[in-house]
Amino acid sequence: MSISRRKFLGWMGAAGLAGTIGTKAQAASNKEFTGYPDSVAVLHDITRCVGCRKCEAACNTVNELPGPDRPFDDLTVLNEKRRTTAKTYTVVNQFGGEKPVFAKIQCNHCLEPACASACFVKAFTKTPEGAVVYNAKICVGCRYCMIACPFEIPTYEYDEPFTPRVMKCTMCHPRVVNGQLPGCVESCPTEALIFGKRSELLKVARQRIADYPERYVDHIYGEEEMGGTHWLYLSDTAFSEVGLREDLGTIPAGALTKGALGAVPMVVGLWPVLLTGIYAINKRKEKIATAEQQAAVTHAIAETTADAEAKLAAAMEKAGKEKEAAIEREVKKALDEAAKAAAEAAKNDQDAGGSAETSEDA
Amino acid sequence: MSEQAATDRSTLVTPFNVIAGIIVIIGLVLTAIRFTKGLGATTNLSDYNPWGIWIGFDLLVGVALAAGGYVTSAAVYIFGMKKYHAAVRPAILTGFLGYALVVFALHYDVGQPWRLPYPFLVSQGTTSLLFEVGACVALYLTVLFIEFSPAAMEWLGLKRARSIVVKLTMLLTIFGVILSTLHQSSLGALFLIAPSKLHPLWYSPYIPIYFFVTSTIAGLSMVIFESTLSHHYFHNKMDDAHKEGHNDLALGFGKAAAWVLAGYFIIKVIGVAADDNWHYLATGYGAWFLFEMLGFVALPAFLYAVGARDKNTKLIRWTAAWTVLGIVVNRLNVSMVAFNYHLPSSERYFPHWMEIAISVFIVTVGILVFRFIVTRMPILYEHPDYESH
Repeated sequence: MSISRRKFLGWMGAAGLAGTIGTKAQAASNKEFTGYPDSVAVLHDITRCVGCRKCEAACNTVNELPGPDRPFDDLTVLNEKRRTTAKTYTVVNQFGGEKPVFAKIQCNHCLEPACASACFVKAFTKTPEGAVVYNAKICVGCRYCMIACPFEIPTYEYDEPFTPRVMKCTMCHPRVVNGQLPGCVESCPTEALIFGKRSELLKVARQRIADYPERYVDHIYGEEEMGGTHWLYLSDTAFSEVGLREDLGTIPAGALTKGALGAVPMVVGLWPVLLTGIYAINKRKEKIATAEQQAAVTHAIAETTADAEAKLAAAMEKAGKEKEAAIEREVKKALDEAAKAAAEAAKNDQDAGGSAETSEDA
Repeated sequence: MSEQAATDRSTLVTPFNVIAGIIVIIGLVLTAIRFTKGLGATTNLSDYNPWGIWIGFDLLVGVALAAGGYVTSAAVYIFGMKKYHAAVRPAILTGFLGYALVVFALHYDVGQPWRLPYPFLVSQGTTSLLFEVGACVALYLTVLFIEFSPAAMEWLGLKRARSIVVKLTMLLTIFGVILSTLHQSSLGALFLIAPSKLHPLWYSPYIPIYFFVTSTIAGLSMVIFESTLSHHYFHNKMDDAHKEGHNDLALGFGKAAAWVLAGYFIIKVIGVAADDNWHYLATGYGAWFLFEMLGFVALPAFLYAVGARDKNTKLIRWTAAWTVLGIVVNRLNVSMVAFNYHLPSSERYFPHWMEIAISVFIVTVGILVFRFIVTRMPILYEHPDYESH
């Protein structure tokens, strides 16, 4: 595995750029969305609801939903707690014992909807009119919207094998843009549901609380919950006792995930630097280690060579000296022997006469 | 040749193959039911519980346990721990198969699987954490495929193509770590949007970090676990580098896992403290949380450390299996046990037997493909004709 540093950095630059294109996280933004002006909403005054289920019937009709399991004039269904289903966009539940309270649930049409924030194909749209509408044509069916919705409203057509859809209240958006009222509002006999601009309805709600402080809980549910909703509630009973959670907080759903989304481009930008750095440091360490090893080996070889040469030289010198000494010794020995021989010859001459000595000298 | 075919046929009928065959047949039947009768006929999913084990196990656990690919390739190529080189290919293969099966499993779970490319091709929901998960998983699956491809090319004898791909190793490794950081954490971040539904002991603003850190623990443990199994069942396919590196790998990765588990324990305690959730520890959910933290985090951290100190590879191998189980427990806790904790038990989810059977089927398919590949391609040994990269 070997690549040039230049090539490598080029690749990393390309990877970083590719990773940032097409993401639109607004993590560090200070922009705040306070809702579309003149958007419409519904105010549900729980104190006025009598549990007649006329809204349920109207919803079923105008949305052309499948017929109910039990007829809409059968009020015994109120004895059990119900939720929205793939066949019902809205249900009325009964709470309390002696003096029952009735509350209607449906999509609350958040200002900043969790479902729309969670959807990975943008199948949900917050319309300028106020409704949150769903586009079944692009929905993949991951059901993350149902995980995300704090009000547990979206439902799924689990029994539809080929084209299942997410089903939820549309605030009768097609009717509203035609100037008509939502089906449920139109059918309500007690004005427990009223329709209007959200800003106006908030004023109406405040006025009612101000006019009848002993009757109402001093809170408009939906004004701030999850960043605000387009379905507002007034109640004489604690909201948590009529099926509306009071522990949801006021932070819109999108704000819960923006930190994590905002970290994405940071990771894409910095990880290549960090990882390349670690790689480079290790590479360099390796290089230095190799170089040091090389140097040590070279040094060792040089030292050994020098040592050996010195030893050789010493040995040579010694050998030379020994040789000289040997030669000297041999020469001396030869001389001695010659002298000895001469001396012996002289002795023989003396024995045999002077002529031999004369011939040897010659 | 005919002799060899005869032995092949006789070795085909083994207890494992018979059981795997039965599971695959059941899986195919259930697949037909799922795609003709719909989710309602095969699952216990409901409007309150839109995600079951096909997300909790197949997606969340599947992706976490497939983290061995990025952990090992980063250790070897970026951190320069070359002595674990022999572990890279099996880890990449496990990762690649893991991600491929995750994508395969998603086709069962989503309502209209033929629309799975829609987030990229038709309408980009960039505000969704699921978009990030989808984008990163799709890209990373591609990266893993390319990282794995040299083994297949050596098997097929595509020398030139291999030499080109091998040059990309470093780039792919870095790309893999980036993508893994992003989607491993994003799987946890999916739950950030639902603080009202996930029990406070499991919900935390730090949940993306928890998921990322546990993915490295899962990766380290899974590599040890997988190498133990491979060593047992595919010993004859291994070269000396694999056989000799086997214990070194367990000791090194076990030691790393001990440290990461210890760090994870600390940041989990910080999470409980940051949200002041101490009082929940005295509840039933608290007991289960403590069991997870002490039994599946503190205990394996300790056992890994002891194993590394004493060079006790047997202890490390058992701890790896236990830690893998701990990852499964953690992901199921977040996605199912602690999710919808506020609902009455009648509204809670328990998987339909067909959901479990499909998950078992998918895991079985993974094991069969793994076996097919390691018995044919140079995964557990180096191909003699090629220089390692």
